[in-house]
Amino acid sequence: MNEMKTKAGGGNFEVRDYLRLDLMPHFMCPGCGHGIALRALLWAVHELGIDKDNLAIVSGIGCSGRVGAYIDANTYHVTHGRPLAFATGLKLARPDLKVIVITGDGDCLAIGGNHLIHACRRNLDITCLMLNNEVYGMTGGQVSPTTAENRLTTTTPSGNSEPAFDACKLAEAAGAGLVGREVTMQTPALRNLIKAGLEFDGFSFLEVMSDCTEIYGRKNDLGESAEMIMAQKSDMRPQAYTTITDQPFRPNRLVTGVLAQSDRPEYGATYRRQAAALRGETA
Amino acid sequence: MTATLQNLHGNHACAMGAIAAGCRFFAGYPITPSSEIAERMSRELPLVGGTFVQMEDEIASIAAVLGASSGGIKSMTATSGPGFSLKQENIGLAAAAEIPCVIANVMRGGPSTGTPTRPAQGDIMQARWGSHGDRPVIALTPASVKEVYDQTIRAFNLSERYRTPVILLFDQVISHLLEPIQLADMASLELVDRQWATGSSAEFAPYASTESGVPPMPRPGDGYRTHTTGLTHGEDGFPSQEPTIVTQATQRLLDKIENHRDDIEAYECHDTDDAEVLVVAYGISARAARAAVREARAMGIAAGLFRPITVWPFPEDALKAAAANAKAILVPEMNAGQLRLEIERLCGSDVKVEGLNRIDGQPIDPAQVTQQIRELADK
Ligand SMILES: Cc1ncc(C[n+]2csc(CCOP(=O)(O)OP(=O)(O)O)c2C)c(N)n1
Ligand code: SF4
Ligand SMILES: [Mg+2]
Repeated sequence: MNEMKTKAGGGNFEVRDYLRLDLMPHFMCPGCGHGIALRALLWAVHELGIDKDNLAIVSGIGCSGRVGAYIDANTYHVTHGRPLAFATGLKLARPDLKVIVITGDGDCLAIGGNHLIHACRRNLDITCLMLNNEVYGMTGGQVSPTTAENRLTTTTPSGNSEPAFDACKLAEAAGAGLVGREVTMQTPALRNLIKAGLEFDGFSFLEVMSDCTEIYGRKNDLGESAEMIMAQKSDMRPQAYTTITDQPFRPNRLVTGVLAQSDRPEYGATYRRQAAALRGETA
Repeated sequence: MTATLQNLHGNHACAMGAIAAGCRFFAGYPITPSSEIAERMSRELPLVGGTFVQMEDEIASIAAVLGASSGGIKSMTATSGPGFSLKQENIGLAAAAEIPCVIANVMRGGPSTGTPTRPAQGDIMQARWGSHGDRPVIALTPASVKEVYDQTIRAFNLSERYRTPVILLFDQVISHLLEPIQLADMASLELVDRQWATGSSAEFAPYASTESGVPPMPRPGDGYRTHTTGLTHGEDGFPSQEPTIVTQATQRLLDKIENHRDDIEAYECHDTDDAEVLVVAYGISARAARAAVREARAMGIAAGLFRPITVWPFPEDALKAAAANAKAILVPEMNAGQLRLEIERLCGSDVKVEGLNRIDGQPIDPAQVTQQIRELADK
């Protein structure tokens, strides 16, 4: 890790160095957590000294998916739910690229859920950043697979009655090499988690608890963005779970940091080693 | 190196054509009657430094193909009806973002799961219109094992030259037919590689129009750091809903194919010069039609065959020329009448257009075609 640090050429982190400033102002609502996640990601990229020319960002569709376009790198904005599948092809074809997927809770766990479990299982060297705002932000605030029970959304007018996914447990069970969760409130900790994911040789699944202030926050009377972000750490969140039917399914207290790590072999290297052997080449 | 003669199945010919064309990435999901393409690719690709991956479904397969192609590697997938349906949204992304790729669809009976082990030609219109919105498409319909091989190579060449998805449509019969074919002499094979962006990355506009209408593609790692999106985008690659930009972007996609019809269209004419009854047939049905036309000629009927190999864009002018003396056109196909609609659109005001349609999972019999040619000649 220290060795990587010394590679960072640019001195102090300046987020502007990594953004497409021509595209400003950005589309995000005031207080949206996705912007904080973007900053933390770029901070991690900076500290690891990753060359922007060799950085590929693949994102799906959603507010989370739109974030990628602001990054001054090779950016791919693909179809809803499919960024992990696209990234799988890109990384297998170009192992030299650093491939990061930015996805949302709907993109990654609903329409893209099957791709997530298989990306975890393959353990190809991709870092997946799932920005979990517990809602379909872009389409106007419908329920998502991570919406907490009882929450109001535009398609759960009397409160959500479905239990929410614990995406990290899912990713761990499916075999992801590294699994972690962090809140946007702790930006340096989030940066560190993303660095751990980027440095990990294998599939890293990182869940970022991000706030949809404008739609989800407003609908559920969660206060201004500052209040929402404070709530990430306080005990308010567990309270919301006191009446849920399926408590153990999702943690009622947000556990953060690296939650699981394994030394399963990275898929791309395994495939290339086998292929080289077939060609009669020695590794 | 002299070219060698081999007995190959259609599906294996497709795989070998892809390898010869420079395809180095395949992602797929098993489905009858296409699976042997994937199986062969899984064996061939590692030997030539390529990558095979069996994905979790057909959507993932085409998405992975687009990812690999974006990385600069010639890539393909293969499937059949149900999988072809699943791929449609991402075929649209390939068209919109101009990511070259080849999709082989080995047609079986539909709708839905249909008749998995029986041939059909029911996806002709889906190939044209299956993905939403106005977008260009190139679709090729080989009629023999040898032609599967050649047209697979051509599919890659067209896909690279025009930065567009190219669809190969053949059917269960050809896919499992064993025929002797001459593999290409690699030294004399004409292969096309997409034009890569070169020169300064400052002010580089990845979707700027060029004389050919096809912009050079920036390769990740080459310093361009561009944006690729399925959202309608301006020349700079970034999304726009500005009416003039939206019009320009969509029109250029359509024009880049339309303006190169001469290069893209491929077809064959047999005895069409004086043909009074013109048969228009493609793929396996064209082989029955060819036999029937010969038979009809032997009976003294002025019959001819027009065989589109490129079915989209349809070779319109060539068809009209072939139909110049026709009093009737017969369109035998293994569907309820799909290409017939296109023939009616092109020639229907001048001449009677009839279908000969089989929807029973059986290939068309030459005798059926001969019979209907005779009836049309007598009218
Ligand atoms: C195939 C398809 N279905 C539906 C949509 C509409 N859609 C766009 S974004 C989105 C949900 C995004 O939610 P999430 O992934 O949580 O991202 P967020 O906006 O919350 O960041 C949906 C359903 C689409 N673009 N494509
Ligand atoms: S709608 Fe929600 S998720 Fe989307 S930008 Fe606004 S606050 Fe963020
Ligand atoms: Mg969301």
